Amino acid sequence: MNLQADAGRKDTNTPAPKSELDSIVVRFAGDSGDGVQLLGSQFAQETALASNSLATFPDYPAEIRAPTGTTYGVSAFQINFGSRLIKTAGDQPDVLVALNPAALMVNYKGLRKGGLVILDSGAFKEKDIKRAGFAVDPRLDGTLKEFRVMEIDISAQALEVAKPFGVSQKEGLRTKNLWTLGLVSWMYDRELNSTMEYITRKFGAEDAVRDANLAALKAGHAYGETHELSGDVAPVSMPAVEFEPGTYRLVSGAEALAWGMAAGAQLAGLEMVLASYPITPSSPILHILAKMKQFGITTFQAEDEIAACCAAIGASYGGKLGVTASSGPGIALKTEAIGLAISTELPLVILNTQRAGPSTGLPTKTEQSDLFLAVWGRNADAPIPVLATHAPGDCFEVAIEAVRLATKYMTPVMILSDGYIANAAEPWRIPSVSDYAPFKVQFRTETEGFHPFVRDPHTLARAWAVPGTPGLMHRIGGIEKDYNSGNISYDPANHQKMTDTRFAKINNIANDIPEQSVELGDTKGKLAVVGWGSTHGPINRAVSNMREQGFDVSHIHIRHVWPLPRNLGQLLKSYEKVLVAEMNNGQMLTLLKSQYLIDAKSLLKVSGQPLKIEEVTSAIRSHLGSN
Amino acid sequence: MNVTVQPDKLTAKDFASDQEVRWCPGCGDYAILKAMHKSLADMGARPENTVFVSGIGCSSRFPYYMATYGFHTIHGRAPAVATGLKLARPELDVWVVTGDGDALSIGGNHLFHALRRNVDLNILLFNNEIYGLTKGQYSPTSRVGQKSPSTPMGSVDSPANALTFALGCNARFIARGIDVQAKNLDVLFRRAREHKGASFIEIIQNCIVYNDAVFADFTEKAVADDMQLHVVHGQPMIFGKAKNKALRFNAQTFQLEAVVIGENGVTEKDILVHDEKNRVLAGLLSALRPPNFPEVLGVIYCDPATSYEAAVVAQENLAKAKGPGDLDKLMRAGNTWAVT
Ligand code: SF4
Repeated sequence: MNLQADAGRKDTNTPAPKSELDSIVVRFAGDSGDGVQLLGSQFAQETALASNSLATFPDYPAEIRAPTGTTYGVSAFQINFGSRLIKTAGDQPDVLVALNPAALMVNYKGLRKGGLVILDSGAFKEKDIKRAGFAVDPRLDGTLKEFRVMEIDISAQALEVAKPFGVSQKEGLRTKNLWTLGLVSWMYDRELNSTMEYITRKFGAEDAVRDANLAALKAGHAYGETHELSGDVAPVSMPAVEFEPGTYRLVSGAEALAWGMAAGAQLAGLEMVLASYPITPSSPILHILAKMKQFGITTFQAEDEIAACCAAIGASYGGKLGVTASSGPGIALKTEAIGLAISTELPLVILNTQRAGPSTGLPTKTEQSDLFLAVWGRNADAPIPVLATHAPGDCFEVAIEAVRLATKYMTPVMILSDGYIANAAEPWRIPSVSDYAPFKVQFRTETEGFHPFVRDPHTLARAWAVPGTPGLMHRIGGIEKDYNSGNISYDPANHQKMTDTRFAKINNIANDIPEQSVELGDTKGKLAVVGWGSTHGPINRAVSNMREQGFDVSHIHIRHVWPLPRNLGQLLKSYEKVLVAEMNNGQMLTLLKSQYLIDAKSLLKVSGQPLKIEEVTSAIRSHLGSN
Repeated sequence: MNVTVQPDKLTAKDFASDQEVRWCPGCGDYAILKAMHKSLADMGARPENTVFVSGIGCSSRFPYYMATYGFHTIHGRAPAVATGLKLARPELDVWVVTGDGDALSIGGNHLFHALRRNVDLNILLFNNEIYGLTKGQYSPTSRVGQKSPSTPMGSVDSPANALTFALGCNARFIARGIDVQAKNLDVLFRRAREHKGASFIEIIQNCIVYNDAVFADFTEKAVADDMQLHVVHGQPMIFGKAKNKALRFNAQTFQLEAVVIGENGVTEKDILVHDEKNRVLAGLLSALRPPNFPEVLGVIYCDPATSYEAAVVAQENLAKAKGPGDLDKLMRAGNTWAVT
C-alpha cells in the first residue's frame, strides 16, 4: 500500500472515475486555534511551486474562537492536486489529517474508503475524545476500520522540538501545524523553501518563535525521512502539469476580484471609490483594496450597507468608479440605493460574494442563492446586468467586463461570486493589464444640446457630466425624468417611455456580449448540463468523465446571467433534455424556464458545501439512463 | 437649462434654476431658497463647483431650484451620497439639504456618521416639526401632544433636539437660523461654507399647511425680540426689546439662567460672553428652548478640526509618494513561478 491515489483506490469496490486517478485530495482538519488554514495554504503554495495543478477549499467554522476541542470549532482545508488539470477541490479526501478528535469526528465520514487518516495521538486524551462526541475511543472500536490509520504524537514531537528555543508551552504546541506540514511535504516531495520564507517573514521580530517554527517544519520532514512510517507510507512524487507558458501564482477569488476591479478602473481611465461594510465572506475585498491607495483607489468603510452603496453612487456621480461589495444580507439592504443608481443611470459595480441564507444563514458556507436578488430583487421595473464568476482566476476577467458594461451603459452591474470562490485558491497565469483593450470613459463637456438624459443612440446610455464641468450644471434624482429634458416629469406616457428605454438599454447589452458557447461536448444532443458560478468545476469534470464513458452530454456554463446571451434559448432547445445544476433551490432553473419555456430539470443542493462531481455524474446517469 | 457664458460677477438669479418652484404658497422653504441664491452670489461661489445633495421630503426638492449641480437622492441617505461625492471630489462645495424626518428619523445614522467623521459638508436641516410631503404625520422633532393623522390623540414620544444631537455626534460646527431671517442665514451660510469639516445648521422652517405657527412662541413679531437670542462670538448674551434680558451661568446648578439686567442685583458683568469654541457652553445653549428660555440663534459652536476627506487624501498622498501603483508588478509580488 502506498499513498498514490490510484493504488489506494484499487482495493475499494466503488472505483473512482479514471480521470481523477492522477490526483490526490488531502484534507487538513483541526481546532480553529491549530493553524489549519495556514498549514493548508502553505501546502497549496508549495504544491503550486511544484507545478502541480490544484484547487483548494478552506472550510471555516462559524465561530472565531470556539471552545477548544468542540466539533463546531473545527476548521478544515481541503486541497486537490495533481499532474492533470484540477477543476474542483475534490469530492472525497484520500488523506485526512486530523489534529484532534473533533476534527476526526467532523471529517472521517467524508473520507474515501481505504483512505489514510493521520492522527495526532497526543490530542486523543479521554476528555478530548468525549468532548468530540465519541462514546469510546474511535481508534479502538472499529470506527476507522475502513481506513488506514497512522498515529503520530505530533503534539509531543512539536513540544520536544520547540523546547531548546525557550518558547512557552503554548507557543511550542502551536508549532504542530508546521510539524505536520513538514511531514506532509515530505510525503509529496514538496520543497520547504517558500514556507521557510513565510515563517521568517511572519515571525521576523520574534526570534525564538520563528526558530521554533522553522525547526518544527524541518523536524516533521525529517520524521518522514527517518521513520519509514510503518512501511506503507512512501514519498510520492507527482509530475508537473504542462501549463501554458507564463508567470503563475496562486490567487484567491477575493484577490482576483479586487485586482480585476483595479484593472477595470484603469482600462476605463477612472479612479475608484470602494465603499463597503464588513461582512463575511466579502470583507477581504475591502482589505485588499484598502492597501492599494497608490492606484488611485479610495476605500471607505461606511456606517452600514446602505451608506456604502450610497457613497459609491455619490462617487460615481462625482466621476469616479463607485464600487460596493457585500454578501446577501448586505445586498438586500442596498437594493433601494441600487434603484437610485438605475433611475439616475449612474455606473456602479456591486460585488456580491454569496453565502448560505436566508437571513444570517451560514455566513461561512457557500451557496448560489442570490440570483433572484440580483436579477429581480428590487422594487419596480429595475433591470441591471448580472455577471457570475466561476473560479478564483475568472474573477479578474469578470470584474473587467463588469466595469466595461457599467461605464459604457451607465448602469449598475452586479457580480455574483460566492464564499467558495472567494476563499479558494488556484494557480493563475498572471495577466498584464495591457492584454486587455482599454475602454476609456469620455465625460460630457460639450454644452450644446446637453441635458442630463441625452442618450447615445446606440447604447442608450445617458451622458456622464460630472460636477465641476462649466456649463453642464444639472439636477438628477430618483423622481422620473422627462425623456427630452431630464427635468422632473409625472407624465404617464413619459414614464412608459422611460421604463421602456431603461429596459431596452439593458436588453441591448445582449448584443455586446459573446454568444453562449458550449463548454464541453456538442451543440446539440441528448442532454445539456447547465451551470453558472462555482459549480463550473464539478459539472465540467462530471461531463468530461461521462463523455469518456460514451454518454451524450454537454456542459453549458452561463457567465452572463442577465441579460442572457442572445442565442441561449436556441441552444438549449437543441438538446432533448436540459439539466440545471446549482447550489440553490432552483433559481437559474426558474429564470431559464421563464425566458425560454423549456422543460428543464434540476440538480439542486443547498448544504453549504460545494457540489460534488459524483452528484453530477449520478444525476446525468439518472437522466440518460444507463448508456 | 444650459448656462454657457458665465459673467464674472454672478447675481442671485444666476443661482436660480429654470424650474417652477412647487412648494405650497407661503412655505418657509421659499425664503431659505431665496437667501441661498443671494448668499452664493455674494460669496462668489461658482455654480459648476457647487453641488446640492438632498434626501426625500419637502426640503429635499431644494436642489431642483438651484442652477448648480444637484442630486435628489433617497430618503435619509443624502449624507452618505454626499460623503461619497466628497471623497471622489474633495474640491467641490457640497451642501446637503434635509428635513427633520429625513435627517433625524430614517437617516439618523448617516447624519451621525457624517458629523462624527467631520466630512466637509454644509448640512442644512429644515426643521418644521412635521412630515409635510406625506401629509402631516408627526416627526421626531414634534413636541409631545402633537396631533397628526398618525397620532390622533397626540404624540407621546419625546422629541429630538437637532443641535444637541449634532453636538453628541461630535459636530465641530453647529448653528441655528430662522427661514425668514435672510440676513442671519447669509451669515450662517457663509460661515458654514468657510468652515472645513461638517457644518450643521438647523433652520427653523414654517410648514404653513401642516404645522403652521408651531414656532410662533418665538417667531411672532410681538415676541421675537424677547424670545430670540442671537449669539455672536465674544459678545455678551443679551437680548430683549429693552436689551436687558440675558443669560447667566449658575455655577451651583451648572445651568444657564435667564435673567434681567438691573433686577435682583444682576449687572452686565454677570452676563455670559459667547465663546463659540466652548463645547460645554454649546451644549447648554443648544438645549435651551422656549418658553422659559429664548430660542438661541447664530453660530453656537465652531471649533474646526481636520476634515475626513482631507485626512483620507493625506493618507493617499503618502501612499502615492512611494510611486504610482503598478498592477502588473503587484500581481507578480510574492511567490510566483514561470512556465516556459
Ligand atoms: S407641506 Fe409644508 S413644508 Fe411642505 S411645501 Fe407645503 S408648506 Fe412647505
